[in-house]
Amino acid sequence: MSRISQAFESHKAFIPFITCGDPDLKITEEIVLACAEAGADLIELGIPFSDPTAEGPVIMAADERALKAGTTTDQIFELVKRLRETVTIPLVFMTYANVVFSYGMDRFMKQASEAGIDGLILPDVPFEEKQEFQEKTTEYGIELISMIAPTSNERIEKIAREAEGFLYIVSSLGVTGVRSAITTDIPSMVSLVRSCTDIPCAVGFGISTPEQASRMASFSDGAIVGSAIVRIIAEHGTSAVEPVREYVRAMAEAVHSTK
Amino acid sequence: MHNNGRFGIHGGQYIPETLMNAVIELEEAYNRYKDDPEFKSELSELFNEYAGRPSRLYYAKRMSEDLGGAKIYLKREDLNHTGAHKINNVLGQALLAKKMGKTRLIAETGAGQHGVATATAAALFGMECVVFMGEEDTRRQALNVYKMKLLGAEVIPVTTGTATLKDAVSQAMREWTSRIADTHYCLGSVMGPHPFPTIVRDFQAVISDEIRSQMLEKEGRLPDAVIACVGGGSNAIGSFYHFIPDEQVELIGCEAAGRGIDTFETAATIHTGRLGIFHGMKSYFCQDEFGQIAPVYSISAGLDYPGIGPEHAWLHDTGRARYEAITDEEAVGAFEYVSRMEGIIPAIESAHALAYAMKYAPSLPKDKILVVTVSGRGDKDCVSVAKYRGEEISE
Repeated sequence: MSRISQAFESHKAFIPFITCGDPDLKITEEIVLACAEAGADLIELGIPFSDPTAEGPVIMAADERALKAGTTTDQIFELVKRLRETVTIPLVFMTYANVVFSYGMDRFMKQASEAGIDGLILPDVPFEEKQEFQEKTTEYGIELISMIAPTSNERIEKIAREAEGFLYIVSSLGVTGVRSAITTDIPSMVSLVRSCTDIPCAVGFGISTPEQASRMASFSDGAIVGSAIVRIIAEHGTSAVEPVREYVRAMAEAVHSTK
Repeated sequence: MHNNGRFGIHGGQYIPETLMNAVIELEEAYNRYKDDPEFKSELSELFNEYAGRPSRLYYAKRMSEDLGGAKIYLKREDLNHTGAHKINNVLGQALLAKKMGKTRLIAETGAGQHGVATATAAALFGMECVVFMGEEDTRRQALNVYKMKLLGAEVIPVTTGTATLKDAVSQAMREWTSRIADTHYCLGSVMGPHPFPTIVRDFQAVISDEIRSQMLEKEGRLPDAVIACVGGGSNAIGSFYHFIPDEQVELIGCEAAGRGIDTFETAATIHTGRLGIFHGMKSYFCQDEFGQIAPVYSISAGLDYPGIGPEHAWLHDTGRARYEAITDEEAVGAFEYVSRMEGIIPAIESAHALAYAMKYAPSLPKDKILVVTVSGRGDKDCVSVAKYRGEEISE
């Protein structure tokens, strides 16, 4: 069993997302450590991209801040190495195809694997285009995380059958960002997945409150939260570590106590 | 025909899962209608009766004689309704969207020509229309913003990133992921995920189809070269397409060098970019060493894009087409020259192709024939060209 699937073993998983380098890499390091201490079961580390087409305004702005601060992919590999001295939970990169492709597929996966990365999420690489990436993730023992969306319908089965690590269920149409209500029929999507694989399913996009997280986790194996955390960081800047820690603690508790 | 939307190694469908069924549905609909006699006759009626096709192939006699080399013909896409080649693609896509039961069109626009064309088609078909335009471009092309609104479209200024064409494309893609059921994304160039590069190419291919028969009629032979400007590359691919099998016809794309390909203020993708994956496709992109998309620059809002359509990338790889970089200065020179010599004010985008013809024609003997596609009219550019020359005028 991979380190990623183990994260879903003992209880439902809470998965925070952090944009690396927002506001700077020093603070990112402290925030990731705080998330791990506060009960995160797996952490998504965003490598900022200049034109993140699947992101809403909150994460888009974080990417812009991080790049303006001079954050590079190489510096993020170094960050992960430092984090791995203490952090034992799975860490996955979330970025865009060009960041990986342009760096060189082989070189990127090798560096990521050596730094201690467990998985990779590429929102602009759908099922049809994943093979080129998967050849290299497989070679270096990184799991390529697949996504399913409310529009996936008959595509769910083929995606689920080849999924690795966990399956990322996109809760709603549109881009990332906080939503007041999620109306998609998540239970039906999960049951379609269950009919062909027992891979863990985590729901993301639009979740910000402990109630929403708990509800989404009750339908699945975990909840992913990005924009709500990034918003706290945007608001508090270099003093964001403690507010994020408190938020993650409350969210993780809500998810962990969900049946 | 290329499988899975690949042109050599380029193309593909690098988009969020949320959009996959939408592009699959679009591909199926396109395959159903593209050879359907009724669809074809409706589209050809729209082309002829509404857009004013076929566009003229005009012998630019004064310019040819003045340059003293090859004969230059101008393919007058600037004479189309709405003033550019963009209407060809838009009428095709709007008709297809209508057949698919869509009631709302969204689009990106750079110079505003594609936005105006989309707003026009939406008005014609009674559809809702939303156009995304970089805030920087809404300033450069204020008249087109007004036209779109007049035609009933909503124009949303995009303030993210460099606030130009690439950001407008990103924002239109984001909008599409949030509303798919009733909405067709009317992409304006031969770019983005499959099937867009193929669909847009096919609707623009009417340009080369006409050039071919008009040239055979006028000169009894094919031209020696076809020259067109390239941003994403839709008027160029449309001008090239039916000549691709004719190896003796040189195909020349002109990209925007901005202040020069040795500066950072350029949009010349083939000259300064490298292989990447962005906006749904694998192709060449201007980018930094970590794959961050580079801010690009050109005096022309329509060529101010950091990528190039996948079929052009492939034509470049195979050597079937060659790509030349034209600076702002050269384009402005051609804008003024063609206005004076032929009484035709070309779009600043098209002026990039004309500028290359001005360099190339004198090097060729008088029995050679060049066709230059004048992709659009230049009214929209008068203010910015005047400003470039240090003259302040208002519209």
